[in-house]
Parts: sequence; structure tokens; C-alpha cells
Amino acid sequence: MTWDPGEDVVEVMRAPAPGPAHGTYRAFGETLRGLKTTFGRMLEKPVTVQYPEQKTPVYPRFRGRHKLHRFEDIPQEGAHPGGHEQAGLEKCVGCSLCAAACPADCIRVVAAENTPEHRVSAGERYAEVYEINLSRCIFCGYCEVACPFDAITMGHDYELSDYTRSDLIFTKEMLLAEPLERTPLRREGE
Amino acid sequence: MTLAAVGYYEAWWIQVIKAIVIFAVALQMVPIVLIAERKLLGRFQARYGPNRVGPYGALQPLADIVKLLTKEQFRPSTSIGFLFALAPVISIVTAVAAFAIIPFGDTQDIFGTKVGLYGVDVSIGPLYLFAFGAVAFYGIMLGGWASGSKYSFLGAMRGAAQLISYEVSQGLALVGVIFTAGTLSLTGIVHAQEGMWYVIPQFFGFLVFLIAGFAETNRAPFDLTEADAELVGGYNTEYGGGRFASYYFAEYLNVLVVSGIVTTVFLGGWLLPFGIHPPGWVDPLVVLFKMSLVTFLFIWVRATLPRLRYDQLMSFGWKILLPLATLNALVTAVLVVVTH
Repeated sequence: MTWDPGEDVVEVMRAPAPGPAHGTYRAFGETLRGLKTTFGRMLEKPVTVQYPEQKTPVYPRFRGRHKLHRFEDIPQEGAHPGGHEQAGLEKCVGCSLCAAACPADCIRVVAAENTPEHRVSAGERYAEVYEINLSRCIFCGYCEVACPFDAITMGHDYELSDYTRSDLIFTKEMLLAEPLERTPLRREGE
Repeated sequence: MTLAAVGYYEAWWIQVIKAIVIFAVALQMVPIVLIAERKLLGRFQARYGPNRVGPYGALQPLADIVKLLTKEQFRPSTSIGFLFALAPVISIVTAVAAFAIIPFGDTQDIFGTKVGLYGVDVSIGPLYLFAFGAVAFYGIMLGGWASGSKYSFLGAMRGAAQLISYEVSQGLALVGVIFTAGTLSLTGIVHAQEGMWYVIPQFFGFLVFLIAGFAETNRAPFDLTEADAELVGGYNTEYGGGRFASYYFAEYLNVLVVSGIVTTVFLGGWLLPFGIHPPGWVDPLVVLFKMSLVTFLFIWVRATLPRLRYDQLMSFGWKILLPLATLNALVTAVLVVVTH
């Protein structure tokens, strides 16, 4: 007894097998059409982005290399209470929430107490050691989301190749430093 | 008696100079075709092609050659030594030898000395070409077989089958021209085209010869002997360095040879249309221009058509090209008899 496929049958429309005339057309006419198509492509401008010289602009929300932030100086007196005292201090308070959120486990934070003589961050504690191992980082941006003080954000730099693995462990100083703007940013509506 | 009767006497030193000049020209043209192919293929695919070495990437072939020549000459342990080394030499020698018969111009009067602008004007022109074309396949077959690798072997076997399928049609495609011209000498064939280039009366012969030429030079869509995707390079899988460079060189030289033969036999050689008779020194430029047009066609077709399946190649050769070429030869023969 043969199996009854029931409703599962799919009817496929097939073109008739090419006869002599159609076969000749397929062999020569379609070949000529193909030649015309490729010739048309040759007259167009190449779509290549000449990478090291030309770079594709990144979107503002592009998740590139991390940046650590300091408090900026607040220009107007009284616009932001305590603005002047905080200016220049690191935003990071060494809470290690970013390290906890990191799925790749590439962030290492060692916190230390701020003292009146040695004040580094605005909170009670600061990050004595803040390292991101970029060879493990998956650029998911969870650290940015986890941070309660917006101390760490994802930047736009994606040219991160290096010769040794240890060179890819970025320290706090490297992350705090103003990054070289090597990547063009996509303008609004681009 | 020599290989071929030369139409007039030339001193030995003229022959030596001619050989050197033609060889130098051929050797300079191969890198140009190489870079032209890569640049044009790039443009056909909406990219730039090589543009890093030298202005507009013009020195890329030099870089390629230096890279290939400084590579290790690796030989698989399963290969047969002397055949493995000999095969690329056969390929390149036959290609250069075939280049010798392409006429770049009429007999010129240079400082009172009569010089023909070609290597040799053999009285058996096309036969000489087919002879060397057939020997050239030994380069591929021996190379593939002596490599001791299954991919190379498959490529070589395909090459052998392809040779049998296409040499016949190619020969028959030229028969119509030879009937009409009444001579086998290539310069004679060019002179016979004074009234009308053979591409018009022998259009089917032209088509068949061109398609068979694609097959003979192992280029797309008939590059089954190489077939990078399935045979990892086919007959030259095991070759690297200078030997691979020889194969590569021979392939492009073969493209030039077929372009030259198509130019000579179907496109009127050094003749210009509309009865324009320029001074003699223009002849080689005309031939080179026509050759570059045919070479462009080769590259264009490579950019357009995908590789044929093996059985499609066979059935196309035997069921379409061969009947077409035979019919063309027969009809031409009848017409020649009727009109004379």
C-alpha cells in the first residue's frame, strides 16, 4: 500500500524542457544578455571601500573600545551643586558591577578607599586597578548598562589589533585617556 | 629542408634579431595581459582589482613574479621527478613556439632589406599551430599525471578529453577559411582578406574557433582542467614557485596566441577597414590593437560565464560545435566550387 501524503503535496510549476529553438536561445541569447550585464557593471563605479584610507562611518551607538570617564568641569557657578569639587575626578567608584555583569569575564577591578589627601573618585572608594582584557571582550555593552555612574561607555574605536596578547589588556590609564578619533562617526540620517 | 619554406631569403642575423624582438614583445605582453585581466575582472565585479603596487597597481605582475620565483620548489614524494620538472617546460615552449607564426605586419623594406614582421611564415600555418597546440596538452597531461595526486590526475584526464573534443572542431572551423583563401600561409590568409575580413563570410567558423579557443586555453567557461573549486587547481595542484609561474605564463601566452590567430585569420590581421593603407610601421600596432580586443573578449567571457559541468562540456563539443564546424566547412566548400 502506498503512503498517502494527503495535504502535504506541494505542486511545483516547471518550465517546459527547452526545445531546439529555445535551447539555441538559451545558449546564445542568454549568453549575450549575460555579457551585456557584466559590461554594464564595468562601466559603473566600483563599490569598494578602500579600507585603510577610507573608513565606513560608524553609528553613534556602535560598540567599540571602552572608555572610562572623568567628571567634567561645570562652567556655571551653582548650575550643578558640587560641580567644581568633582571636576577632574574619576566617575568610577570601583563597585565591580561591570565585572559582575561581564559575560566574558574580562574586567578586573580592585577597589581602594579614597582619602582626603589622595582623592581619585567622587565616591568613597575608587578603582585602584581597572583592567579590560580586550582579547576576551565580546563587545556586548553589558558593562555600560551595569554601571550606576556612567563611568564606562563603549567608544567607537574598532582598530584594536596588536602583536601580543598582553598588549590587549587595557589599563585604567589607557581607558581614561582621550582616545584618538580614528573612526569617522555617521552623521544624523546618514 | 627546413620545417617550412620561407617565402623569401632572410639573412641569419635578421632571423636572430626577429626572434629576439618577438620573444621580447611576447614576454612583455604577458604581464600586461595579467594585470589587465585582474583589473578588468575587478571592474566587471564592481571592485578595483589590484591597486596597491605601483601606480594603479601596474607593478602587481612584477610583485607576483618575484613572489613566485622566491618560493620553494616543492615536489611531492609520489611524483615522477623528471616528468614533473619537464611538464611546465613543454607548456611554455609550445606556447612560445606557437607565437612565432603570428604575423605582425607585411614584408617591410627596412633600410633596403626585406624583413617580414613575423617569426616564420610557415607554409603550413594552421597545422603548425595545431601541432603545437596538441603538444601543449602534453604539458598539462604529464604535469597532472607526474604529480602523483588525484586532483592533478583528474585535471589531466579532463584536459585530455577536452583536447579531443575541441581540437577537431577548431581545425574544422579553420578549414572554411583555408578553402576560401586557398592558402595555408598566415600572411597569405591575411592578404586574401583585402576585400572583406573573414569574420563576416566565415562567421560560424569564427564563433566555433573562438569557443574552441576558450577550451584550448583552459579558460572560463571551459577551465575544467583547473577547476579551482572542485579540483583545487587541477593539473597544477602540486606545482608552486617557478614551475607554477611557467604554467601561469603559458596560459596567458596561449591566450595571446589564440587572440593573434583569431586576429590573423578572421579579423584581417594588419589590414584596416575602408581601404585605408597606412605606412608599414603601423601594421604591428593594428595587430596589437586587434589582439587586445580579442583578449578583452576572453576576459569579458571569463567574468560572465560560470564553469560548465563536465558532461555539458562534452556534449557541447561533440553535439553542437563539431556539427556546426563540419556544416560550415561543407557549405564553404560547396560555395567555393560553385563560385569559381
